[in-house]
Amino acid sequence: MIRRVPVLAAALAALAFLALPIVAIFARLSWGNLAHELSSSLVTDALVVSLKTTVVAQVLVLVFGTPAAYVLATHRFRGRSLVVTLVELPIVLPPAVAGIGLLAAFGRFGLLHTSLPFTQAAVVLAVVFVSGPLYVRQAIAAFEAVDETLVAASRTLGARPMKTFFRVVVPLARGGLGAGEALAFARGLGEFGATIMFAGSLQGVTQTLPLAVYAEFDVDFHTALALGGLLVLVSAVLLVTLKWLASSSTSAFRFALSTSS
Amino acid sequence: MARLLLHFSVPLRTFDLELTLPVERTVALVGPSGAGKTSVLRVVAGLLRPAHGGVSLDGVSWNEMQPEERRVGFVFQDYALFPHMSVRANVAYAGPVGDLLERFRIAHLADARPRELSGGERQRVALARALARKPSVLLLDEPLAALDAHTKAEVRSELHELLGELGLPTLLVTHDYEDAASLADEVGVLVDGQLRQVASPAELVARPADAFVASFTGANLLRGRASRGDLTEIVLESGERVFSTDDGDGEVGVVVYPWEISLSRAHADDSALNVIRGEIGSLVEVGNRVRVRIGPVTAEVTASSAERLGLAGGGVAYATFKATGTRLVPL
Repeated sequence: MIRRVPVLAAALAALAFLALPIVAIFARLSWGNLAHELSSSLVTDALVVSLKTTVVAQVLVLVFGTPAAYVLATHRFRGRSLVVTLVELPIVLPPAVAGIGLLAAFGRFGLLHTSLPFTQAAVVLAVVFVSGPLYVRQAIAAFEAVDETLVAASRTLGARPMKTFFRVVVPLARGGLGAGEALAFARGLGEFGATIMFAGSLQGVTQTLPLAVYAEFDVDFHTALALGGLLVLVSAVLLVTLKWLASSSTSAFRFALSTSS
Repeated sequence: MARLLLHFSVPLRTFDLELTLPVERTVALVGPSGAGKTSVLRVVAGLLRPAHGGVSLDGVSWNEMQPEERRVGFVFQDYALFPHMSVRANVAYAGPVGDLLERFRIAHLADARPRELSGGERQRVALARALARKPSVLLLDEPLAALDAHTKAEVRSELHELLGELGLPTLLVTHDYEDAASLADEVGVLVDGQLRQVASPAELVARPADAFVASFTGANLLRGRASRGDLTEIVLESGERVFSTDDGDGEVGVVVYPWEISLSRAHADDSALNVIRGEIGSLVEVGNRVRVRIGPVTAEVTASSAERLGLAGGGVAYATFKATGTRLVPL
């Protein structure tokens, strides 16, 4: 009984610490000026840049990441685990290293000698690089969980591999794919380090919402706070969606179990 | 009648699966698990590529055809119904539904998901789906294994009737000899990737090719040493002597089916009969018959004679069988 007190205190301290910054953002918001602050050109420009680059980046992640994940999930070859590790590496890489790597690859004096840096395309590339692996990793697991017998059954029932993929594999993996995409979306929306190094922070061109928070916090703290509040709300919606996807992908029975517990 | 010809070899994990087998009506492949039975079906369906040879239908080779190009109706062991589709969508996936739902008595389940169905219903959906493909060959992997004993008998007779109606070359796989014997015109015994014997169920019982086939078809197998005479005399490992009308020499297995054996409490003084004395062991009721273990053999007697002999009480009994009721197989 006595032992419970310090455990409880530690748990409360941890929860308070985690909640405090979130609470602080909303506590310090000047609600009266909120509409005014959120309609400034800095905010609307950042919103448009974030929206455009995130949508393009996530379309690229889905279009290229899905087949890549399916190949890795269904083929066993020498060096497969090395390839999977390489794909996952950007997840744990410090964002600054991602940024310098992108410059080394696509910079004017980089390996590929492109003029991409400090353009909106550079924002997209940075977001794809840091968020794509989260999707691919989750998608591999989702595809691996699809019963091979169902794939075989589809083929014997006259379906070509493409039809089998879209009518059997993707519907069965969709929970995992959706959860992976929600993670990637959230990570991409919050992308900061790689973007600022590779794409800079030009208002209306490469300045995304997180970059705008950083650019504004010593100029107009209240606008930065308002942007922060906006990002908290978007992130919270994403998190709830993610949890819902993760639970609805399993059977109704499992869903019932996880919601009742 | 179409003729499917299997002639191929596939290296599996611990042995090579090698097989030459014509299939015109229903052929059942039986054997212990891990004998390569399912791999045979996978080769026919194009899901497993043989190292040599292949499959042909009426002389047309299927070797270069993808699974979706081969017209096979494959009913998988656990039925492999698509869990995210309704019953109707599952069937329609393979082709026009037509009257298949009515024919298989699943019309009332058209909008249900597979997880809501019983084992017997799932099997009917799987069959309907396989037939919607308009197959020229039917492949059934353990069609009765997923069913409980109660539904099994009913489904077995339905399936037998269906296979007769369809008249397609059918290859079915089962580990249960009785299922094979009741469904198939021919039974192939597959052990470690090799066909030990292919014959009609009656022929398998009358002339089992070897000890494995004999015991797989439910026979008693007694080991002994044979020496020729008017009748072949076999000295069993237990020291007892039995006689057989079959020819044999040296180390042999004496094959006796349970229904060839009668039981008595007293030693029958009839030199024309083989007699084995033993303690009464386990009693298992099978319908109105009882399977009794007497020493090294299993006998099958009617429930009334089991009662008359007081077998449930245990003790010593004598198992007797005629010399004509035995076959000798090499060991």
